Amino acid sequence: MPTLTDILIMLPEFYLVAAACVLLLADAFMQPAQRPYLHWISIALLLFTIYLVIAGQPPQTVTAFGGMFVRDRVSEILKVFALLTTALVFVYARPYLIDRKLLGGEFYTLMIFAVIGIMLLVSAGNLVTVYLGLELLSLSSYAMVALNRDERLPSEAAIKYFVLGALASGMLLYGMSMVYGASGMGGTPTLDLAQLHNVMTYTQAPKLLLFGLIFMLVGIGFKLGAAPFHMWIPDVYQGAPTPVTTFIASGSKLAAFGMAYRLLDAGMGDLVHQWQLMLAVLAVLSLAIGNLVAIVQTNLKRMLAYSTISHMGYLLLGLSAAGPEGYAAAMFYAIGYALMSVAAFGVMLSLTRAGFECEEIADLKGLNRKSPWMAFLMLLTMLSLAGVPPLLGFWAKALVLEAAIHANMLWLAIVGIVFAIVGLYYYLHVIKVMYFDKPQEGSVLQAKPDMSLRVVLSLNAMSLLALGLYWGPLLGWCRSAFGL
Amino acid sequence: MFTHLLSLLIWLPVAGAIPVLLAGSARPNLARWLALLVAVLTFVVSLFLLLQYHPDAGGMQLTESYLWIPAWGVHYSLAVDGISVALILMSTFIGILVIVGAWEAIQDRPQQYMAAMLILEGLLIGVFCATDALLFYALFEAILIPMFILIGVWGGPRRVYATLKFFIYTFFGSVFMLIALLYLYQKAGTFDMATLAALPLTMKEQTWIFFAFLIAFAIKVPMVPVHTWLPDAHVEAPTGGSVVLAAVMLKVGTYGFLRFILPITPDAGAHYAWLVIVLSLIAIVYIGYVALVQEDMKKLVAYSSVAHMGFVTLGIFIAFLLVREQGSADMAQLGMQGAMVQMISHGFVSGAMFTCIGVLYDRLHSRQIKDYGGVINAMPWFGFFYVLFALANCGLPGTSGFVGEFMVILASFSANPWIALFAGFTLVIGAAYTLWLVKRVLWGDITNPHVAEMKEINGRETFVLVAFAAAVLAIGIWPQPLVHLMDTSVAQLVQQLAIHKI
Repeated sequence: MPTLTDILIMLPEFYLVAAACVLLLADAFMQPAQRPYLHWISIALLLFTIYLVIAGQPPQTVTAFGGMFVRDRVSEILKVFALLTTALVFVYARPYLIDRKLLGGEFYTLMIFAVIGIMLLVSAGNLVTVYLGLELLSLSSYAMVALNRDERLPSEAAIKYFVLGALASGMLLYGMSMVYGASGMGGTPTLDLAQLHNVMTYTQAPKLLLFGLIFMLVGIGFKLGAAPFHMWIPDVYQGAPTPVTTFIASGSKLAAFGMAYRLLDAGMGDLVHQWQLMLAVLAVLSLAIGNLVAIVQTNLKRMLAYSTISHMGYLLLGLSAAGPEGYAAAMFYAIGYALMSVAAFGVMLSLTRAGFECEEIADLKGLNRKSPWMAFLMLLTMLSLAGVPPLLGFWAKALVLEAAIHANMLWLAIVGIVFAIVGLYYYLHVIKVMYFDKPQEGSVLQAKPDMSLRVVLSLNAMSLLALGLYWGPLLGWCRSAFGL
Repeated sequence: MFTHLLSLLIWLPVAGAIPVLLAGSARPNLARWLALLVAVLTFVVSLFLLLQYHPDAGGMQLTESYLWIPAWGVHYSLAVDGISVALILMSTFIGILVIVGAWEAIQDRPQQYMAAMLILEGLLIGVFCATDALLFYALFEAILIPMFILIGVWGGPRRVYATLKFFIYTFFGSVFMLIALLYLYQKAGTFDMATLAALPLTMKEQTWIFFAFLIAFAIKVPMVPVHTWLPDAHVEAPTGGSVVLAAVMLKVGTYGFLRFILPITPDAGAHYAWLVIVLSLIAIVYIGYVALVQEDMKKLVAYSSVAHMGFVTLGIFIAFLLVREQGSADMAQLGMQGAMVQMISHGFVSGAMFTCIGVLYDRLHSRQIKDYGGVINAMPWFGFFYVLFALANCGLPGTSGFVGEFMVILASFSANPWIALFAGFTLVIGAAYTLWLVKRVLWGDITNPHVAEMKEINGRETFVLVAFAAAVLAIGIWPQPLVHLMDTSVAQLVQQLAIHKI
């Protein structure tokens, strides 16, 4: 029986579930004229959940429901940033949704359910919780990609996402069943991640366990979007409505990091020598494919999709260092990346208007003449993504590279840095288009007058500079989560 | 007087860029005056360095240090020695001249141009006084951003190609330095440059780190064979961009040699000194010949920059030979001192040459030598300055160009007469390409009717050229104050060369 303590530990999640249900009901009974209020209510809900997460954070790690749910610093930080980036997505999405007549309860409730999925995933203490969280997140995401259901491209993207996602979930589940089986051969079968930690020492079927690990890695690789499990990323990024893409590129990546950390470190910590090299291979492939293919893209969303793949390569660099230092670096990277990609898509959303999707790189031509401030924000974001000091992205890269060197993988760090040079080109290309090119004939490039969007987007992009100049506290926070 | 003089010097121009930007394109004159005010203020503040820095005491002075990132032990720490002081003064001095020089030349979004210049100046000053390796690296890379924008927005027809090449080329070099720094951090647990200098390293480690540093700084200097970005960047950059690039940014590379390669990898440096010396000689002789055949004035001066920077690297690495093989610290100090003087001198001379070309370009919108001829008839005053800087460029005694080259050649003679022989070639080749340039541009009859219509330099241009001329002549005639400023610091650098770290 769940006790009151269990419920209190999971209070933020319970609260958000209840809130989402109320929101759904309210949406059904609201007058069309009142619908816009949903926007502000949803943001308030998310912000209040952030408060609940931080205020209720116990000093020590606690578990609820017999170890199914873990509430520790790692989950706290990931939840805070997942909620925060989702709130940013809401702010940036409003004008877009109004222009396309998509502003309604579906978007907000689906998004909030996806966030609940993230929160469960990053707090998972059990293989079942991992799967539950993942499915909640994935199913909501599939539906959101198809939100604009009358158009062809989003529907196509949603089907692709769903089919591949279902396959990956199947792989993950299959791997979990193998791990479960292996833990039963020589001991009590268990799904608990903490108990699985040293299953290698007693299991009589180490090969089965290894196979389970490999299948689970496929699931992780898919969720991260690491090569060679990246095929869905470009199509989904391009096809999905831009606000949904923004979410998949930010909050979802935090979740993927959390999931990888839980499964690999907590669950499969004993097999570190096996998965370390596998992750390194995934990292190198992602860096190569992401950066090289991004160069030839003309669609900004698609380019950012390939850039995501390369960034996941850097994140894997930190994960494959397999130590508190490496995890802290990878978490710093995930947070930094989430902030950067939200800002990048935010600029695109602010330039999009009814009848005009700002999604080709050429659409940004001459932005500096039309809207110097937006161009400057995009400049900061692109340089941060490229990893040029003094912006946040540079320190994130430096941290994961340092972690790789620390773990005696100097070669991996060198591969990482070489691909950073390749990546520099396509980010600079965006800056070139904004600053050096003349505006297109009849271009209507003008930032939206939406005040909340402008202010929040400015804060978001400037935070990349501010955190780049003073990244100590964020790093300290990440390190404290891993006992450093 | 000032307790945080160095921080003030870095942040004054950077913060000053914000009101300049806010002035907006509606009030271009306000932006110009504000930028000038900030630049002059920065220069005035930098003069306090002369008061507060004690040349005879040596060592790093005016130290500021704050814990920046506790988890990594990174400090925001600044300090200067004589070499830094000289470079900072040169940067702030040229900072004013480029703002004045761009007064009328830049009509398109002047506020952004001026702001980029000021930010660039602040970051460059930061590079010259950072004593934490990670801080140095961050600033070292960050200077690419404003320069990228400067070339890309206000540059010539092939500006996009040139600026992308510039950014990616230099970024390529410096990332290896980052790996080396992270490796050193693993060993030492700190990024403090003084601690890294004392860190014992095996020859194998030193060799790898040496080459990682070498590629980063060699591209910045630039040395043969990684100089190919420079002619493109120079040709396409606006005049002010070229001036800062040649006068200050190239010095960042040689400054890096002094701060990183010399103290951190002295043994590998000594072992591979021949490599750098050979590359420097190739720069001096071969690039001199390349300059001779150029048809574009800016390209010619760009190649002559590569050749002159060859003297700086020669002077630095000849010191290794002298100290390690001959034990003559005095000669080594002379060579090193020569390299430092050459750095400062080249800053003024090349800056002045690019300004002159800018003056011509503003009138005729061409950089091709063949379009000119007989300019002296239309612009006698301009001709006077042009000849002066040309003579300084070929190292005539009495100008700043002579002092540094002479000291380096003298030092290399005692290391190996053959090196001195090749280095001495510069006196012939340098004179050949510079004087031939002057002959084709200034002398002769006016063949192009547009040249006859060219207006004499105005007051603003005269001010810039007079300022450059004063600096060039001052260093040429009385180099003692400059030498004295850097003397103790150079002696300490030479002492570090002798320390074996293995």
